[in-house]
Amino acid sequence: MSDSSGLYVVVLAGGISHERDVSLRSGRRVTDALIAAGHRVVLRDPDAGLLPFLANERPDVVFPALHGSSGEDGSLLDLLAAIGVPAVGSSGAAARRAWSKPVASSLISGVGVAVPESIVLSHESFRELGASSVLKVVRSTLEGDLVVKPASGGSAQGVTIVEDTNDLPRAMVEAFTYAEVAVVERRIFGTEIAVTVVDTGDGPRALTAVEIEPTAGVYSFQARYNAGETTFYAPSRLDEETVARVADAAVLAHGTLGLRDLSRVDFIVDAEGTPWFLEANVIPGLTETSLVPLAIEASNTTAAALYGSLVEAARTRSN
Amino acid sequence: MASDGVPQRTGNNLDPWYANYAERAAGLAASEVRALFAVASRPEVVSLAGGMPYVSALPHDLITSSMEKVMRERGATALQYGSGQGIPELREQILDVMALEGIRGSADNVVTATGSQQALDLVAKLFIDPGDVILAESPSYVGALGIFRSYQANVAHVATDENGLIPEALRQTIAALRGQGRRIKFLYTIPNFHNPAGVTLSAERRPEILEICRSNEILVLEDNPYGLLHFDEPAPNALRSLDPEGVIYLGSFSKTLAPGFRVGWALAPHAIREKLILAAESAILSPSSFSQMVVSEYLATADWRAQIDTFRGVYRERKDALIEALGEYLPQLNWTNPNGGFYVWVTMPDVLDSKQMLPRAVKELVAYTPGTAFFADGRGRHAMRLSFCYPTPEAIRLGIRRLATVVNGELDLLDTFAGTGPLQLPPSAGYDSAPPSDLK
Repeated sequence: MSDSSGLYVVVLAGGISHERDVSLRSGRRVTDALIAAGHRVVLRDPDAGLLPFLANERPDVVFPALHGSSGEDGSLLDLLAAIGVPAVGSSGAAARRAWSKPVASSLISGVGVAVPESIVLSHESFRELGASSVLKVVRSTLEGDLVVKPASGGSAQGVTIVEDTNDLPRAMVEAFTYAEVAVVERRIFGTEIAVTVVDTGDGPRALTAVEIEPTAGVYSFQARYNAGETTFYAPSRLDEETVARVADAAVLAHGTLGLRDLSRVDFIVDAEGTPWFLEANVIPGLTETSLVPLAIEASNTTAAALYGSLVEAARTRSN
Repeated sequence: MASDGVPQRTGNNLDPWYANYAERAAGLAASEVRALFAVASRPEVVSLAGGMPYVSALPHDLITSSMEKVMRERGATALQYGSGQGIPELREQILDVMALEGIRGSADNVVTATGSQQALDLVAKLFIDPGDVILAESPSYVGALGIFRSYQANVAHVATDENGLIPEALRQTIAALRGQGRRIKFLYTIPNFHNPAGVTLSAERRPEILEICRSNEILVLEDNPYGLLHFDEPAPNALRSLDPEGVIYLGSFSKTLAPGFRVGWALAPHAIREKLILAAESAILSPSSFSQMVVSEYLATADWRAQIDTFRGVYRERKDALIEALGEYLPQLNWTNPNGGFYVWVTMPDVLDSKQMLPRAVKELVAYTPGTAFFADGRGRHAMRLSFCYPTPEAIRLGIRRLATVVNGELDLLDTFAGTGPLQLPPSAGYDSAPPSDLK
């Protein structure tokens, strides 16, 4: 139990995105932590009754644990701001910058952080220009192994690693079943690192970086949500200098995108120690197998303490 | 970058017991498909994926009074452990239910269970050694495949057409397996209003299927949860009615009454029955006395036959709505037209992959079960199961309209990439996750 003032917090989880199941798990974890921190918490699935509910209840703070389009595309965050309900996390505009992987990559590249070479393609572009011609350009531009992913979305849904270029069309189809726009990027080999960035009122700081080593080699949906199928190292096995470089890059990415309170920035660190930005998550997974809770634990704090601080910061910000 | 100067770190895989799981637990894992099913629980989504009966059609007041009467008059017994075989009065009443499908048996040979799913699990536990072969229709019930996998059996699918199992295919499959020295333990079959195929084993084929199994010394496990839910002609008499010694029959109140009671049963030859009782006691001590007594009270006081007629009417209307909507919105697909039960099996052009298409469906707020769930060998990608038991006819029409958007969108996408290379997911090793049992 913290020394919190016992705020009335509504945790939002579920929604109708592809990541509903993950979001529900995150929401339950956040709820447990906030109750442990001494707050009064209601866990709620956003639906047609949500906005009237919030208008009527006037909670002190909303904690969105909505992954995917339900939360991370910024729409709901804008609505919460419009009705004057304080919320933990980024603004709608900042969320949209991070939600679009191409937009985020472009902004992050602009501040000097390495970003994998990529091509962004809509389904429409293939239809208009002919798939064979477009794929030919992709193959000639991006050599080696590729990663094909939807331009938005998380949990590795719709993501394919292409080692044989004959598999590229299938990977495009897979990505387009999740989103209208897909990103094809050069695969960076190295150590997969996730950095949680938090700001409880005294500026953004990186928590202990978490190194990800999936047993099957790829951090797929299965590797993410089945305990035992990935080994995590927190602290990572990187040297101190590299760890500091990755942490700085994460904080820089957080600031560049205008993110607030909490984010998770994912990198691949190559053999030379260069951190390559993959994506930033404005509402990162907070489940039993997620990276942020591991980072919290490795940073000698607790979910109750951190989430409690975040809701208090959000409440203070609104006053 | 990794450095020799950094102290050795100990990794954490979040499951300290990961290396200790039994081999049979290997398939018990979260999957993308199962995660997508979570969206189906939202009211905006028309779910044609689950298999939840429409229990709102039940006389809730009568069930409430049955519960009250049980508690008032026999509460101490209802709240106590009971017999592992099940309560005698319910087992007698089960004989009346089975008589509707031509079965004559003794209550001594009935074993009640926590749903027929548990009876199925117990039979599998009694008979399957790792590596044994179970014969099953093509496709087959996803919940049975999960049980067979958990006992490390191999499932051999036998070709099926609109009249159910094809006898010649059964003969050939048995011969081929025997030729390989494989040990076949039983034929698992859903002869009536099949889940997921929607077909019924014809009366003509029934004796032939039984004769093939008898001559090859193969036990038959007849799973019949939908048999009484016919729309036009009743289903032919149960296989068990034709061969009391060669068939274990599984029945259920989940579809003719309500799954919430979790009451089903097995009718088995006496020697098997003895082992089933011991296995049941070992697994759960006894099935719920309270549930069995409420079901028994309901059967004694309600016009349960009329209630089944009510269900038939409800499901028939929904099946008709589904078939009509498929004809209107998706004429390019093929489907079965069941004479009962809950399910229609839809076959799509070979270019379409129902598993690959599911995220698009979820985005369009409609859900179905990909066909791969119903095969143990990775087949079924060009098919899907549509359930008509739970959504209203209006919702079904809306769902099929949305499904048409999904199919057309996917065809458009595949057309865009046609000729550029293989477009479908690589063959899976088989066994997709079962949809959750509370999926609407």
